[in-house]
Amino acid sequence: MKKLIWPVMALFALYACSNKNKETKLPIYGQRQPITKIVDGKQVTDTVYATIPPFSFVDQNRETITDKNLDGKIYVADFFFTSCPSICPTMQRNMLTVFKAYEGKNNFKLVSFTIDPRHDTIPVLKTYAEKLGAKANQWYFLLGKKEEVYQLAEKNYLVSVSQDNRAPGGYVHQGWLVLVDKKGRVRGAYDGTDKKQVQQLITDVQVLMDEANAKA
Amino acid sequence: MKRFWVGSIPFTFVLSTLIFSCQSEAEIEYQRYFIQGRNIYQTQCKNCHSENGEGLGELYPPLKEADYLRKNKTQLACTIHNGQQGLIVVNGKFYNQKMPSQTQLSPIEIAEVITYVTNSFGNKQGIYQVEKVNVDLGNCKE
Repeated sequence: MKKLIWPVMALFALYACSNKNKETKLPIYGQRQPITKIVDGKQVTDTVYATIPPFSFVDQNRETITDKNLDGKIYVADFFFTSCPSICPTMQRNMLTVFKAYEGKNNFKLVSFTIDPRHDTIPVLKTYAEKLGAKANQWYFLLGKKEEVYQLAEKNYLVSVSQDNRAPGGYVHQGWLVLVDKKGRVRGAYDGTDKKQVQQLITDVQVLMDEANAKA
Repeated sequence: MKRFWVGSIPFTFVLSTLIFSCQSEAEIEYQRYFIQGRNIYQTQCKNCHSENGEGLGELYPPLKEADYLRKNKTQLACTIHNGQQGLIVVNGKFYNQKMPSQTQLSPIEIAEVITYVTNSFGNKQGIYQVEKVNVDLGNCKE
């Protein structure tokens, strides 16, 4: 009987591992509401998840980019400014790593919102993006009204940003890289200054891609 | 003759000890500069110039095997202290991003971080002492 213990344990371990792989799912962030509707004469209760609301900004090529451009795309968003002396260079270096991992994938985008619209004009953003090595059709550097960007950051992407003249560079912000799915729902936030979390983000983008393929 | 050889043993012993201890003292000083410099690099420089000194795209210049460090040895202290603005050429490529000033760093800290950077990432320029930094800072253009 004793001889059997280890093979059985090994089997269990294997089963546990393979099971875990199948169950890889990402949470859905933000507030949710139940709604009741009538489908085929029957009352059905469904859950409505928080999604990124409509917005309209301009990118580094003077193209208008709205939420519609991101509809049906998996994307990673972050908030930064080009003259940022603190965490942004590391964040953008890691965004570049994510970009390179999925470069050329049609259904994957990156979005960097500037939180310093006064300094980061379109030419400034364009130069910055090109020098960083970002391709314009896949990685948008967006310029918008400060209030709109800040509200979007705080309320929808759940990233804290603010102006603070005492801070290096004049702004305080969190370094989250926010993962959004094809339906505009926030599915993860990763510390853009932590290499391990960025690797996790790259893995999780694939999880979302597989999830979308499985349903199709 | 034999007495000479026997007598020279303590002498050579003392001499070699002196030489070795002197060498290691210089080595210890270098190590102290280097380690302190690495700590400063981690907090003040790494964000832009990256962990391994590669910089970031064409935005932030590399420190890795950078000719700029060799060609501007006596300017580095001023660059760190006052920051850097305008076009520079590093390893044949142009860079034009503003580097913030690091006025909070003392001369010894500047010497330490110069020693770290110029002896890491494929650079090998040896120790850069605080005395030299003090002279360099006195000659800053600004």
